[in-house]
Amino acid sequence: MFERVLTRNFGLPRSESIDTYLASGGYEALRKVLREYTPQQVIDIVTASGLRGRGGAGFPAGRKWAFIPKDPQIEKYVCVNTDEGEPGTFKDRELVEKDPHQVIEGVIIASYAVGAHRAFVYIRGEFFLGVKRWIKAIDDAYAKGFLGKNILGSGFSLDLSVHRGAGAYICGEETALIESLEGKRGQPRKKPPYPASVGLWGKPTLVHNVETLANVPHIINRGAEWYASIGTPKSTGPKIFCVSGHVKNRGIFELPLGVPLREIIYEHAGGMAFDKKLKAVIPGGASTPMLTPDQLDIPMAFETLEGAGTMLGTGAIIVMNEDTCMVDVARRLMRFFAHESCGHCTPCRTGTQRMLALLEDLEHGRGKAEDIACLEEIASKMRGLTFCPMGDAAANPILSSLKLFRDEYEYHVKYKRCAVAA
Amino acid sequence: MQLEAKIADPAKRSMLLTALYIAQEQYGYLTKEAVERVATRLGLPVADVYSMASFYSLYRVQPTGRYVLQVCEGLSCHLVGGADRLVDYLRKKLGIEVGETTPDGLFTLQTVQCLASCGTSPAIRVNDALYENMTTEKVDELLETLRGYHV
Ligand SMILES: Cc1cc2nc3c(=O)[nH]c(=O)nc-3n(C[C@H](O)[C@H](O)[C@H](O)COP(=O)(O)O)c2cc1C
Ligand code: SF4
Ligand code: FES
Repeated sequence: MFERVLTRNFGLPRSESIDTYLASGGYEALRKVLREYTPQQVIDIVTASGLRGRGGAGFPAGRKWAFIPKDPQIEKYVCVNTDEGEPGTFKDRELVEKDPHQVIEGVIIASYAVGAHRAFVYIRGEFFLGVKRWIKAIDDAYAKGFLGKNILGSGFSLDLSVHRGAGAYICGEETALIESLEGKRGQPRKKPPYPASVGLWGKPTLVHNVETLANVPHIINRGAEWYASIGTPKSTGPKIFCVSGHVKNRGIFELPLGVPLREIIYEHAGGMAFDKKLKAVIPGGASTPMLTPDQLDIPMAFETLEGAGTMLGTGAIIVMNEDTCMVDVARRLMRFFAHESCGHCTPCRTGTQRMLALLEDLEHGRGKAEDIACLEEIASKMRGLTFCPMGDAAANPILSSLKLFRDEYEYHVKYKRCAVAA
Repeated sequence: MQLEAKIADPAKRSMLLTALYIAQEQYGYLTKEAVERVATRLGLPVADVYSMASFYSLYRVQPTGRYVLQVCEGLSCHLVGGADRLVDYLRKKLGIEVGETTPDGLFTLQTVQCLASCGTSPAIRVNDALYENMTTEKVDELLETLRGYHV
């Protein structure tokens, strides 16, 4: 039986309070780190655990920490990415609202490991409760001596503050986040250099997703070996899956990486709502290519989903039943991408607008046969040509729905309406 | 002095997002005067501050109603019968189109992308509060409650 780790406190009364966190053994990992480990040892432990980023790309956390220059003369920063805004993803919000201290403890340990004395929470402006919870939790952590000068008498100091975004999805991309923190428009920077060498105010900066950091205290408490024993060899540890769409029990489910998609949908999420047939699944958030019912036995891990031509992304599973019109789905997703394109580069700015217009036409029965080819051409030409990965993300749902459900697009052209509504 | 302005404290500019929030709260929306004050206080060109205000969607450069109703039209909300149905319902009920404000100045109707409530969709945000698992009945109750504060 899998034991929940990241969400273990979620059901407790006032789970967000420092008292609840301390009562469940909170901040013990921090004590252990400050007493027993050198920064390098912490990096080694996190590397050995195999922890990979939970913000979408799945980059190994320990490797990223090791990239930060060791020179104590160089100022460094840590940023907590609480910008979560991709349709289907809602795990970071839960972590921050229900157990923020777990994340704070992770931030302090990460900062100690890379030698940062200043850390920032970048939170999406729309998360009012999240902002409140962050501020309260940080205040309480300061009051108990887990933040501030000379933490727990160790000589290590760290300041943590909250920076509220103002409604721009692109600010979740790490370099755009840094620009926004600097008080600029949140437009991505060219990479390389990566933030680990040139980040906030030109200094080395470690940017992590909320869920990634929440894993860190547990890795310290129970060891890298324990952590690596969960999941698959290349995707270790627990993962919070977000399930939305046409299932009976929508919500978050903490499970080991590598759990089959079928088990998540039919056991944990209770199966299909109204006993309708499953048509397609988006496995990892709005930007990940779709899967079909014959692929349900796929293990939900970074490498296996990549092997199937899609991605684990943020672990946001969107389930769609037989009554779903795929042209409509593509159009919904494109509205999101077109709305959130930061406008910095032409293929994405113009491409998303053009694709949206074509999809609106198709959906409303104004589509022409050549529109489908045009859509395909724009999407495939955008891939790899945009300034940041958002352009690829926008092209994915189009290319994947065209590959899997091209007949539905054609039906729309021919009969000026939807195949499923017919 | 000129040089000082050029090598302005990098952290000072970082206050810009916060300063705009404060100004917006004080003035109701980012009026010309509000933007100019922020620009002066942070030693930045007014155009620069405007460009920020227009990039970020939470800043308002136009007045809105007392309550801004934002209906999520993201995929997860749409799949469970959200977005379109709720938007249509609100359009009829309030007699306004998306983007408009009721003549009494109470409600502005908007659509937004994902509010990270996909597991409890459909979701509507009203100013600082989030309403989840929304139905048309719940929308009725909500409007009544909000109107109740203003009789
Ligand atoms: C368009 C775009 C949006 C992103 N949004 C988020 C986000 O909201 N939250 C997040 O943690 N990472 C987001 N990312 C990924 C970040 O750039 C970065 O990889 C991540 O924060 C690194 O943290 P991790 O290593 O812990 O995953 C986004 C990336 C792109 C390209
Ligand atoms: S790909 Fe899109 S989001 Fe990324 S820089 Fe270009 S316009 Fe901006
Ligand atoms: S799609 Fe509406 S809250 Fe995520």
